[in-house]
Amino acid sequence: MNRTLFLIEKEFKQIFRNSVLLRMMIAAPVLQLILLTYAANFEVKNLTIAVVDGDHTTYAQRLTGKFRYIDNFQFLGYLPAYKSAYRELLAGRADLVLVIPPHFERDLGKQNGASLQLLVSAIDGSKAGIATGYAQTIIRNFNDDIRAEIVSIEPGSRPVLNVENQYWYNPRLEYKTFMVPGILFELLILVGGMIAALNIVREKEIGTQEQLNVTPIKKHEFILGKLTPFVLIGLVQFTMGLLVGIFLFRIPAEGSIMLMYGFAFLFLLLCVGLGLLISAISDTQQQAMFAVFFCLVLFILLSGLFSSTENMPQWAQYVNLVNPLRYIIEVGRNVMLKGSSFRDVQTQFFALLIIASSLIGLASWRYRKTV
Amino acid sequence: MDAIVIERISKSFGETKAVNDVSMSVKTGELFGLIGPDGAGKTTLFKILVTLLRPDAGQATVAGFDVVKDYRRLRTMIGYMPGRFSLYPDLSVEENLTFFATVFGTTISANYNLIRDIYVQLEPFKNRRAGALSGGMKQKLALCCALIHKPDVLFLDEPTTGVDAVSRKEFWEMLQRLKIHGLTMLVSTPYMDEANQCDRIALMQTGQILAIDTPTGVEQLFDKPLFAVKATETYQLIQDLRRAPFTETCYAFGEYLHLTTHAGVTPETVNRYLIMHQHQHSEVKPIQAGIEDSFMALMQHG
Repeated sequence: MNRTLFLIEKEFKQIFRNSVLLRMMIAAPVLQLILLTYAANFEVKNLTIAVVDGDHTTYAQRLTGKFRYIDNFQFLGYLPAYKSAYRELLAGRADLVLVIPPHFERDLGKQNGASLQLLVSAIDGSKAGIATGYAQTIIRNFNDDIRAEIVSIEPGSRPVLNVENQYWYNPRLEYKTFMVPGILFELLILVGGMIAALNIVREKEIGTQEQLNVTPIKKHEFILGKLTPFVLIGLVQFTMGLLVGIFLFRIPAEGSIMLMYGFAFLFLLLCVGLGLLISAISDTQQQAMFAVFFCLVLFILLSGLFSSTENMPQWAQYVNLVNPLRYIIEVGRNVMLKGSSFRDVQTQFFALLIIASSLIGLASWRYRKTV
Repeated sequence: MDAIVIERISKSFGETKAVNDVSMSVKTGELFGLIGPDGAGKTTLFKILVTLLRPDAGQATVAGFDVVKDYRRLRTMIGYMPGRFSLYPDLSVEENLTFFATVFGTTISANYNLIRDIYVQLEPFKNRRAGALSGGMKQKLALCCALIHKPDVLFLDEPTTGVDAVSRKEFWEMLQRLKIHGLTMLVSTPYMDEANQCDRIALMQTGQILAIDTPTGVEQLFDKPLFAVKATETYQLIQDLRRAPFTETCYAFGEYLHLTTHAGVTPETVNRYLIMHQHQHSEVKPIQAGIEDSFMALMQHG
């Protein structure tokens, strides 16, 4: 026990002496949390729209006007013909082109219906989808106005099913509220996994690992000596992230903070376990760095941090069964935004517990003192 | 009882037989040298003895404990100084020493008398980070760290490689002084001129032991006439001598060539041959074989 404490002390001495790394470990998570939260915003703004007006009537102008005076759209201008519209799309200057055919007003009045064409650049699929949605709403709105005038009935007197949405747990659909609990945990992998893995591989590289191996240090003492400092540093980082989330981003902390810390502790154990395992199978820091990076990117992309996991293909769902980040992000969001109790997130707890203990178990087994 | 007993130890890495059926023993309190060129298998043999590698075949005991079965007990009784500097470069001299003392469950003061001679030289730099020490100082610190738990047997793997001539000499003097404490030491080195510092030596090549004896004993293994030869045209001289009918081997040794001949050859025979080949200022004198000569001869005949 005494020896383990001494190993931990030595580890902290080394970490505090490496002032650049220490500052990076403290500053990076806070900076990333702030930057990522502001950047990871799915609201689509500044959609550029061009109009090919083949009708030149009041109706056509009124429709164009609706697009001109809405925040999300930026009116690029009128285009003379179809061909130049294509050119604008191709050059990336326009995101959408609205084509109003000749006789638009006449058809709408006489035949009780007219068609419009909307060309959408789908280079960025999700942006195109959202843009189409916006445009359709505007056109429907225009349609309602026109119909009311032509048929001359009051807009409200027609029986209409009106759906009013209420967004629970995030009433204003704030992306910040949604992102912070996720990013908060994602960052813990960096210190827990990456720094821990690199630290141990470095001991291998400079030969101190071998020197330690000829001493009476036992395997569990070594592993405990390595685990503890990084879990502690991770908890400090978590605290800072939590403070930034609550005081800077005004994220509601509905659930128990103790529960959050409990999960943060478990998750950090898991991360350092992953780091230990990676360091046990790599001989150089490059190898370790690559392995950590591979896991990190895979975990993040599949975790549901940016896109919902339910819509992912079946194979991704299977991979996600062992993706610790997915569970912890679910926990973070549910506990912070919804106030879930332990009972609500116990599935995630057991999943994380199983992953953590298998990683640490596997790492201890791989970490052999004699080759 | 012998401090180190090695019985038919073998270890291969894939196709390469790093250590091939090696047997030897080192007496308690002996300063034993393992001498051989790079790639002879010295480091592999060391790693087996300090419980870092398991042998493929054979048995070995150090201080009476089996290196495989009793590795845990053994680790408290041996000191190992690897060939490469393997301490924490970001910890200070004192912190490194305290660290290794604590890891072995002891303190610096408990065994200070063992390291005093060496540590006094380090003391002025005790707050300096180990990574910022000079090569010779690093060596001394590593030796201190290997000694701090008062081991019974000390393993030094190429301690003088890459160290300047003065520090090398100093280092061997330190080892000589350590013998007073009854420490058994196994030292490996590629430098044959260091062999004379040891009580006994083993010559090792391509995983096998060629000879084990005292330094003088190894020199006496050389049983053929040996001459030091010199002339103005050294290159031509070596070419001519290698073609001579009486020659067995001929190597360059500093300013002289060492010429080994068949039995019964005299300096006059050699001189006559040189004059015949128009060498000027030639000089031929019979000499006593050194360890290097013995080693060269043993390498030739296996």
